[in-house]
Amino acid sequence: MLLPIKWLKNYVDIELSSKEIADGLTYSGSHVESIIKLNKGITGVVVGKIEKIDKHPNADKLRICKVNVGNEVLTIVTGAQNVSEGDIVPVAKVGAHLPDGKDISEADFRGVISYGMLCSLKELGYEDNVIPKEVKDGIFIINDDVNLGLDIVEVLSLDDEVIEFEITPNRPDCLSIYGMARESAATFNAQLKEIDVKIVNQVDDIKDLISDINVDTQKCHRYYAKAIKDVEIKPSPLWLKTALMNAGVRPINNIVDVTNYVMLELGEPLHAFDIDKIAGRKIIVRQAKDTEEITTLDGVQRALTHEDIVIADENKAIGIAGVMGGANTEITQSTRLVVIEGANFEPKNVRLTAKRLGLRTEASTRFEKGIDENLCKFAVDRACQLIEVIGAGKVVNGNYDIVKFTPEKTNIKLRLSRIEKLLGVKIDEFDVINYLNRLKFETSLLDEGIIDVVVPTFRRDVKVEADLIEEIGRLYGFHNIETKPLFGKLTRGNRPKDKELQNYIKDILWGLGFNEAMTYSFISPKAFDKLNLPSNHEFRKYIRLMNPLGEDYSVMRTTLISNMLDLLNKNNNRGIESMRVYEIGNVFLPSNSSDSMPEEKTMVCIGMYGERDFYFLKDVIETLLERLGIKEYEYIRESENPIYHPGRTAKMIKDMKSLGVFGEIHPDIMENYDFDKRIYIAELDFNSIFEFTNLDRKYTELPRYPSIVRDIAVVVDEDITVGDIEDVIYTNGKELIESIELFDIYRGNQIDTGKKSLAFSIRYRSSEKTLKDEDVNQIQKKIIDDLEEKFQAKLRS
Amino acid sequence: MENKLNELLKSAIEEIKKSNDLNDIEKIRIKYLGKKGQLTLILREMGNLSKELRPIIGQKANEVRFEIEKKLDETKSKLEQQEKLEKIKIEKIDITERRKSTYLGHKHPLLMTIKELEDLFISMGFNVVTGPEIETVENNFDMLNSPENHPSRDLSDTFYINDKLLLRTHTSPVQIRAMKKYNAPLKIISAGRTFRFDDVDDTHSPMFHQLEGLVVDENISMANLKYTLDIFIKELFGNDIKTRYRPHYFPFTEPSAEVDVTCVECRGEGCPHCNYTGWSMELLGCGMVHPKVLENCGIDSEKYTGFAFGMGVDRITMVKYGIKDIRLLFDNDNRFLEQF
Repeated sequence: MLLPIKWLKNYVDIELSSKEIADGLTYSGSHVESIIKLNKGITGVVVGKIEKIDKHPNADKLRICKVNVGNEVLTIVTGAQNVSEGDIVPVAKVGAHLPDGKDISEADFRGVISYGMLCSLKELGYEDNVIPKEVKDGIFIINDDVNLGLDIVEVLSLDDEVIEFEITPNRPDCLSIYGMARESAATFNAQLKEIDVKIVNQVDDIKDLISDINVDTQKCHRYYAKAIKDVEIKPSPLWLKTALMNAGVRPINNIVDVTNYVMLELGEPLHAFDIDKIAGRKIIVRQAKDTEEITTLDGVQRALTHEDIVIADENKAIGIAGVMGGANTEITQSTRLVVIEGANFEPKNVRLTAKRLGLRTEASTRFEKGIDENLCKFAVDRACQLIEVIGAGKVVNGNYDIVKFTPEKTNIKLRLSRIEKLLGVKIDEFDVINYLNRLKFETSLLDEGIIDVVVPTFRRDVKVEADLIEEIGRLYGFHNIETKPLFGKLTRGNRPKDKELQNYIKDILWGLGFNEAMTYSFISPKAFDKLNLPSNHEFRKYIRLMNPLGEDYSVMRTTLISNMLDLLNKNNNRGIESMRVYEIGNVFLPSNSSDSMPEEKTMVCIGMYGERDFYFLKDVIETLLERLGIKEYEYIRESENPIYHPGRTAKMIKDMKSLGVFGEIHPDIMENYDFDKRIYIAELDFNSIFEFTNLDRKYTELPRYPSIVRDIAVVVDEDITVGDIEDVIYTNGKELIESIELFDIYRGNQIDTGKKSLAFSIRYRSSEKTLKDEDVNQIQKKIIDDLEEKFQAKLRS
Repeated sequence: MENKLNELLKSAIEEIKKSNDLNDIEKIRIKYLGKKGQLTLILREMGNLSKELRPIIGQKANEVRFEIEKKLDETKSKLEQQEKLEKIKIEKIDITERRKSTYLGHKHPLLMTIKELEDLFISMGFNVVTGPEIETVENNFDMLNSPENHPSRDLSDTFYINDKLLLRTHTSPVQIRAMKKYNAPLKIISAGRTFRFDDVDDTHSPMFHQLEGLVVDENISMANLKYTLDIFIKELFGNDIKTRYRPHYFPFTEPSAEVDVTCVECRGEGCPHCNYTGWSMELLGCGMVHPKVLENCGIDSEKYTGFAFGMGVDRITMVKYGIKDIRLLFDNDNRFLEQF
């Protein structure tokens, strides 16, 4: 919403600068985006009249103008083709400065000295979108009764400033100059001037020009129309053009400009139809048909649906209600009879139509937020008044006013005690009433401390007592409310246990050298193909978004692995040699019934490439689980998991529950990614980890007796695992075994192929006595016998 | 014989003086004092001496032994000291050389910010609660008093799963869940992922993060809201930061306000960063919980009032760390992650 300050001051008596107005309105709730100076740096440009135009003796495309600038007549050479003798134009004199940085000096144009330059609106700093089409490529023809020599800055009100506001959706009443004047008057406690609508002369009768108006839809709350005859279409007078341009609207012609002016002034979008083009001279407001089409004023043909509201004649749609008029009834040079429409449409329909058509207009943005139905008549009458004032036509007697809404008066009981309770500050009854009256709320005292408040019709957003308290609060000034500490029971804040644990896991992984990543919750379904997942894989049971931003973000992730692979791949492609990273995030599993919520499962995904190996990742996970107090889980080989290397993957199980899977990524998937290093990934189930985590720690006594260390080296088949052998050692040594450490694996000449030698260092200790060699020898023998029996292991000496 | 002893002492001391290392010292010791050493040999001849001379020479011999031992020990410790110094000297290393063998990870700046904010509010007595990323339309909009026609409900603003479920567009539905579960009084915060139908650019991301706070109790007012947020903002940005409360509109609070803070770049002086206003705009939104929202959750809005506030954590993170492009937060470039 653009608010030119001079225009504002027509309606409200304030002597404040733009900055002061902007600051004040900011504090009362109108959010200022910026303050725009209209003068982008013009000096030395005045109004001049072209008295004579001669051909340039040496150049076909140039002409020599004699331009009267009041106190002198200047010779100015111009290349512009749109000027004629008698035109009044902006003239940049020698020494002038223009917004684009240009300084005007005497210039020799093929032998003729030019003492200035005729200016276009663009050269004066106007944006293309507000420049009238007829002077788009040429000099700005003023042709109004303006004193020659006057500074153009003054003539075009370029000394004004415009405040740009972001109006919140609950305040459509602020989408107009007068609405903002009302806000300003309330904010600064100033007098708001009424707009006096008076039409001096009215002729004939509207019934003779328009046979009937029918409203055949509940979505049109009111339809008010007046007619104008003897219309003479021409450019608007300078003040009107300037007002529009400075508020960001392009002047078209006098009739359309008046409707736009009133829309900006009052916030009621109006539309003018050429009566001669309305078949049967009858207007019907109805829902569109699904097969219907209309070409709008912007020349685009648009398909309609039954959700749209149209203005139609007997045969065809002539406008899309609240959005844009039809080209078929456009005001043109030949228009003589005009009907001015001021209507009120269901906001939802306007919004959906504008949205579907991708056609958000000044009108639709106002209608879709809801406009006071009472404005229709006032705005159309105001337009008629202006049409009369600028002599664009004769206002016709009578009107059509089809009213489909029941005016409702909203009364709200306001308790002074409640104001204090909500705002935390005591405001005098007198001030409360004063604030409300300034905002045009009517008040009457009901009872001690209770005020009956009548909400003005343009404030549909105010419905309950709290809304009124906001009104009072914002005029009192939120910034003036003195702060007060909370009081009550002293409580300690907490994090839920699962979040605490996540933070602990992060700390551990951080300490182990892993960086923390964050990836999107939605992924591409193609990710599952890249993971070579069969069509029935559980990860493919995903939740799809109805309206994704694109295929790449269209399904909710069921695993963190694909995002992890993507991010590792991206980093590898960036030339980063190695990476260790983790993400803790949710995966989303569809529920069985459509009524219940999907399941969100938190997973811990750890990934790395470019250094170390499977055993490092295993060590990381074991360290993590050890710190979380998770013990007695077992490893199961996962050779069927399509994501992982069949020989290098483990699943961890505790009490029949999976803690997670980790391993090296399958070479086929590495090919899918064209990844040249090995990747190791773990995906752990946070819920299981949370369930088994035990952070209670109890001191166990330090050993009192010495330990004995013995080494065993055995040769076994390749298929026998370290875990198998360790199990045997533990089974035989029981609680006397303090630790087992694998310190060597040997394959080579000294042993048969297909075999390996494993060397363990076993530490024995008893908590009750000093162990003797005999005690340990006995166990060692049992271990060796057992290994021989179970695995045909041979002792290597 | 006495002469012999004197000679021996003299020659021993001479040799000790010439010795260069600990080996020499040991050799000298053996040569003179060993079992077959020269002094021992001399002492064996003692038997031949007269009764009178024996004690005298014996004492003399002991003196000589003592002298030699003393000299040997002195020289030994001197040499040892020398040797140690020599060793220390050659052990000098190039202290500018680098051998990377430890590695500490880096936490994500946005998640660090969330934790920091949570910790701050925890210290003020707020409890952290969480909610799901996939929410019901009811919790995300209806219960929060969002008008049925509100544009934020459109398919072009919100990601839907179906007509009942969506990706939450703010963390406010967690308020609803908490109020329904715990009723009043209540003092909670909740941070997490939120989603809006925004194409990715420097400042927009379809996934972003909010932190939401809610206090419901008897006699909670706007004055309490301001006090709480002022403390929070000062803790976050420093004591010289000022706040500005501007009336605003949110469907779920009434009155509603937006809070601006002093521009963190220029500290209020005015700079291009803040468009010369001195204010960083819209750090957070807040307000008094709309009575309808309280009632929707089964809380007596006459007895209880409450305030709520919400902020974009991505933006706070970006301001805090000087990150200009939101995409960096979710791109996981290792070179980016390692900066924090």
